[in-house]
Amino acid sequence: MTVLASPRPASWSPSSIEEEPTPKRRRRTGWAHFVLVPVALLFAIPFVQMFLTSLTPESEINRFPPRFFPSELTLDGYVKLFRDTNVLLWTGNTVLVSLVAVVSHLALCSLAGYGFARLKFPGRSAGFLMILATIMIPTQLLMVPTYVMFARVGIIDTLAAAMVPWLASVFGIFLMRQFFLSLPAELEEAALLDGCSRWTTFWRIILPLARPALATLAIFTLLSSWNDLVWPLIAINDPSAFTLQLGITNFQGARRTDWSLLMASNVVATLPLILFFVFAQKQFIATMTFTGVKG
Amino acid sequence: MTATAVPARRPRRQGPARRPVPARRPGPDRRVREGLTGWGFVAPATVIVLGLSIFPAAWAFLLSLQEWNGFSVPEQVGFDNYREMAGDADLAAAAGHTLLYTALFVPASVLLGLGLAVALNRRIVLVGLYRTLIFLPFVVSAAATGILTTYLFNPQFGLVNNVLRVMGLPQQGWLEDPGQAMVVIAIMSLWGQAAFTTVIYLAALQDIPAELTEAAWVDGANRWQSFWHVTFPQLAPVTVFVGIWQTIQAIQLFDLVYTTTRGGPLGATETIVYYLWTSAFKDLEFGYASAVAYGLFAVTLAITIGVTVYSRRSTVGGLG
Repeated sequence: MTVLASPRPASWSPSSIEEEPTPKRRRRTGWAHFVLVPVALLFAIPFVQMFLTSLTPESEINRFPPRFFPSELTLDGYVKLFRDTNVLLWTGNTVLVSLVAVVSHLALCSLAGYGFARLKFPGRSAGFLMILATIMIPTQLLMVPTYVMFARVGIIDTLAAAMVPWLASVFGIFLMRQFFLSLPAELEEAALLDGCSRWTTFWRIILPLARPALATLAIFTLLSSWNDLVWPLIAINDPSAFTLQLGITNFQGARRTDWSLLMASNVVATLPLILFFVFAQKQFIATMTFTGVKG
Repeated sequence: MTATAVPARRPRRQGPARRPVPARRPGPDRRVREGLTGWGFVAPATVIVLGLSIFPAAWAFLLSLQEWNGFSVPEQVGFDNYREMAGDADLAAAAGHTLLYTALFVPASVLLGLGLAVALNRRIVLVGLYRTLIFLPFVVSAAATGILTTYLFNPQFGLVNNVLRVMGLPQQGWLEDPGQAMVVIAIMSLWGQAAFTTVIYLAALQDIPAELTEAAWVDGANRWQSFWHVTFPQLAPVTVFVGIWQTIQAIQLFDLVYTTTRGGPLGATETIVYYLWTSAFKDLEFGYASAVAYGLFAVTLAITIGVTVYSRRSTVGGLG
């Protein structure tokens, strides 16, 4: 039973980036700073501008010559944002959509991944191949028929239209299947011999071991569903069912010059993911690497 | 960990596998039960994934043979929509804009990712901070990037023109200039997606055995030679993958156009997918839009297959 000591087998390791770089002979690496400092600064500037502008008094924004740092900081942009707009409602909508997406993804994709990896049933290979083949279908091909389909079902202009496309995904099924394939079969055989049903074995024995894969999947789903613009844009026209991304995109037309409010809305839409990224960077990088490795 | 993962061994119950019957072949009812269990596990996700991909994709093909605005009675027009595409000047222009963006974005994102990965793949001080700053834009949505782009590149008070002014360089129109708008969109896409190519290259760099570069050093190769002749060839499969992936992304550009220029100025940033979206949801030409989508699908598929086959062949040739 020593196998259990390493719940994450070496064959399933999407990223080793956080680990020590390959040991190399000592050599001068100073040049890297000359590349990285300017690039990192350039990459940080949009964030700095976003936070600063959201705190700048409106009178200073359109001034010429413009200045990088405001003379005083104010929360006016945020006050206007929360007082005059539906941003709280939209944030709630997005939280709801992402929550449903993540929970549904974790449940359905791990079930399906386990089934395709471990269970024997007629049609297993054909079903999995068909799912894999759909990777080639671009989203753009699906926009019109999905819109018509949603309209027939009657979920246009409701949050359900933003949720349904994120209930499960090929990526999720594939990721979970790869993980379960890498687990030693003895684990479940022991449990089955002890009289556990397939379901109990999955729920009590297998799923607790799948935490690293589930974390990867949760991050992927959160990022995609939180930032999604295309589906809500197509399926939702009713402002009370807007998601956050759709709402702030709409501001651009409606409040073209109200920059402190626009940037405040940007901060509201972006800050949760930024914080999440900073604290769970390792898992994020694993997710990004796996997204690429699947190809 | 061990204690929670393994259930305490209970007294043996009657399990099918332990039955002292010598026949290994399961009975028919057991096979039915296994089949039902299997499908019980996979059916929910399978139905959703196939129902939202293969089914609508097939439907899109039927739609592409119709003229339909979503309300009226659909009219069967055969392949007229596809014929119309051949003579559609707007579509040709959109394809040109998409090609321009792809030519700007794909090589830049591959080179930037490679360069950043090589720079980040070493034990230097602050490497964690650099990595965080370079990867952070990856979590920013297209909607937020759109607002940031409009602000930074604003011709009157935007930061970019301000920097040019301080340096004594001429002011530019950026998003308001038909010749520059696509460049601005490519720059901001690069900002948002450099993390992706960097991460992939970083993972690949760490799979290269250290002995290879060490051998090159021992043989007297300088830093550039060892990178170019030893490291880079090892990265070839990753470069092919990243190239295809980024090309597909570039061909499908929509979000950032929608959140910055909405196809303007003077249609200069109208991409294929933006054109498709306009024909479907502004002009309500569901049939024609579906035909354009199938055209796009065909192009994507052809590029993927073409590059894969070509790179396989050239790799085999190189090794043989």
